[in-house]
Amino acid sequence: MPALWIKNARIVDPAAKRDAVGDLFALDGKMVARLSPKDRRRARKIDARGLVAAPGLVDIHVHFREPGQTHKETIATGSRAAAAGGFTTVVCMPNTSPSADNAGTIQYILDAVRRDAVVKVLPTGCITSGMKGDTLAPIGSLKRAGVVAITDDGNCVQSNELMRRAIEYAKMFDLPVLDHCQDQSMTDGAVMNEGNVSIRLGLRGWPNAAEDVIVSRNVILSAYTGAHIHMQHISSALSVDIVRRAKADGVRVTAEATPHHIAFTDEALSGYDPNFKMNPPLRTEADRRAIIAGLRDGTLDCISTDHAPHKDFEKDKEFDYAPNGILGLETALAVVLQVLVRERRFKLSLAIDLMTRRPAGVLGLPAGTLLPGAAADICLFDPDEEWTYDAKAGQSKSSNSPWSGRTLRGRVKTTLVDGRVVFPFAVS
Amino acid sequence: MTWTRRHLITIEELSLLEIEQIHATASAFKKILQRSVKKVPALRGKTIVNLFLEPSTRTRMAFDMAAKRLSADVIAFDAASSSTQKGETLRDTAENIQALNADMIVIRHAAAGSPLYLSKILDIPVINAGDGAHEHPTQGLLDTFTMKEHLGSLKGRKVAILGDILFSRVARSNIYALTKMGAAVTLVGPSTLVPHGFTTLGAQVSHDLKSALADADVVMLLRIQHERQGHRHFPSLGEYTSMFGLNKTRASWLNPHAIIMHPGPINRGVEIDSELADGERSVILEQVTNGIAVRMAVLYLCAGNQPEHVISSTE
Repeated sequence: MPALWIKNARIVDPAAKRDAVGDLFALDGKMVARLSPKDRRRARKIDARGLVAAPGLVDIHVHFREPGQTHKETIATGSRAAAAGGFTTVVCMPNTSPSADNAGTIQYILDAVRRDAVVKVLPTGCITSGMKGDTLAPIGSLKRAGVVAITDDGNCVQSNELMRRAIEYAKMFDLPVLDHCQDQSMTDGAVMNEGNVSIRLGLRGWPNAAEDVIVSRNVILSAYTGAHIHMQHISSALSVDIVRRAKADGVRVTAEATPHHIAFTDEALSGYDPNFKMNPPLRTEADRRAIIAGLRDGTLDCISTDHAPHKDFEKDKEFDYAPNGILGLETALAVVLQVLVRERRFKLSLAIDLMTRRPAGVLGLPAGTLLPGAAADICLFDPDEEWTYDAKAGQSKSSNSPWSGRTLRGRVKTTLVDGRVVFPFAVS
Repeated sequence: MTWTRRHLITIEELSLLEIEQIHATASAFKKILQRSVKKVPALRGKTIVNLFLEPSTRTRMAFDMAAKRLSADVIAFDAASSSTQKGETLRDTAENIQALNADMIVIRHAAAGSPLYLSKILDIPVINAGDGAHEHPTQGLLDTFTMKEHLGSLKGRKVAILGDILFSRVARSNIYALTKMGAAVTLVGPSTLVPHGFTTLGAQVSHDLKSALADADVVMLLRIQHERQGHRHFPSLGEYTSMFGLNKTRASWLNPHAIIMHPGPINRGVEIDSELADGERSVILEQVTNGIAVRMAVLYLCAGNQPEHVISSTE
């Protein structure tokens, strides 16, 4: 493979504590400190003046719908959306059809990844068979088949006993357990945050407390067993605080936040637009600010998109009947730059850390840095370019995004995986 | 001031002037309803589709009656025998109705926000006949119309709304109408059905029946929708009645001239004593009658007519 020489970029590599203009080099798909004069001469050169060069972004929470719901997304289209958004490693959730609760389905997914993916797509397996919350899935076989974590994302394991056994068992394989924290007995029929806005709109409310109860439960079970639980898409201020206290006590919990929970509140639902409907729901300004504070002080480990494609004909319904979830991959970087860096004055290196080294660290993935020896997974972006996002023209097979039609600032220009340009896409 | 609104989706978005225009128009129509020939040609040649996707007796019949009094053709959409049972989406159903050259849609739907959704899709006027727990604007308009007939101006009047507020679209529409008209609204009932957040809509929230009813000019009872709440929001109908049911003793706390209202259907012996429902202070059946005039006014105005033309067009 030819050498790569990226010139004059603002290199932001939090793992190396680096934020300076300079050049990057790669050889045979790996980052190197320098190239030989010969390699320099024949290297592919990319002039990155005015651009930021960051490690390829890492998203540990996406839904690629394959197998079974390939009308919404496939590993091919989802990975292209990832590449367009600057992501080079993504972790896909197991709520496919059938659900990824057995080694055969994982093998099927990995075959599709090898065949179709333009970025690194890593599978997760289910905690329980069919994500039904009744019996444990074959977690050891899933690990052997190649999953990087287990989760019943979307269906929080309700039984405390089963969750305790799952994390204890998974710990034997050093497999993190990802939990969508929701006490379902408290959210029957709920479609949005419970609060003043749900009262005004006459929609059934999903109270913060239903998340807080499970986050607390997970802290208790993690403390009891020593197993690692990662809390997905934290949306509640009190949950941020519970995780903060648990971490201070040395409990092995981690947590993530989504771009939409830092960008929007439940006020966005006033027009009953299902592109603002997701689970957990958008919450209040106080929650939004608490999540941002949690990202700032390290309570929340990373940003994850929960990229959840649904077709127009599925989403375009009465609010009560529309499915949960929105796209995230193609807009995440611009939203994070806007909300965290420009509005909340995060250092750029912290924002990048939250999308690279830190999510990789949650799952122990070999990604998220540009240090020599690392894979040459690189995201080059213009932090100030304004562009109008048109979800229908995007790479995802679906277009359910609340940002569609909006002008965003910060745009991915080039994405490289193992030293190869995967975005912009080659014209075939 | 001309009437410009084509859809009636919420009372929240109406101005006081618009509410008064609807009431004035309804008054004119009410006079017509008292004549021997009750029909006027105002909407002759227009077709109104009543798209009722949730059970309804009063509202559906009142809209039907109102449209016919205005000489419109009315098509009733029966959810049970329609394509919605075959999986047709609301968008497709509505676009088909528009393609069949309907001039107006009246929609009742269990999902909040559905009328707004249709109003964004369709070119024809959409009238909300109740959407989930959100709003029931014509009910709020007919309730305030009925109150005005008995009390005159509602400015400074005290209205207690008693019962299941959380799940009530009637409560929400009345809160908006009454506060815009200057009345003081107190919501009362068990804390699980009357959450404090309702104060953000401009109403007082109380769990003390006596203070809420004291000196009230109006008490509006809402049906306890026990089929919706399961058994989680209060222990039993019996306990509800013993704590919050309106009986003679409790009615004596009201202002002497106070009226008792209920949007129906009533659960006799649960939220209200049967005798009170039939008593002289009860205006429950007047509400039903006024529902026709108010809905005539809404259909008439949203079809593009002006309030001041009512009398000339009806004589």
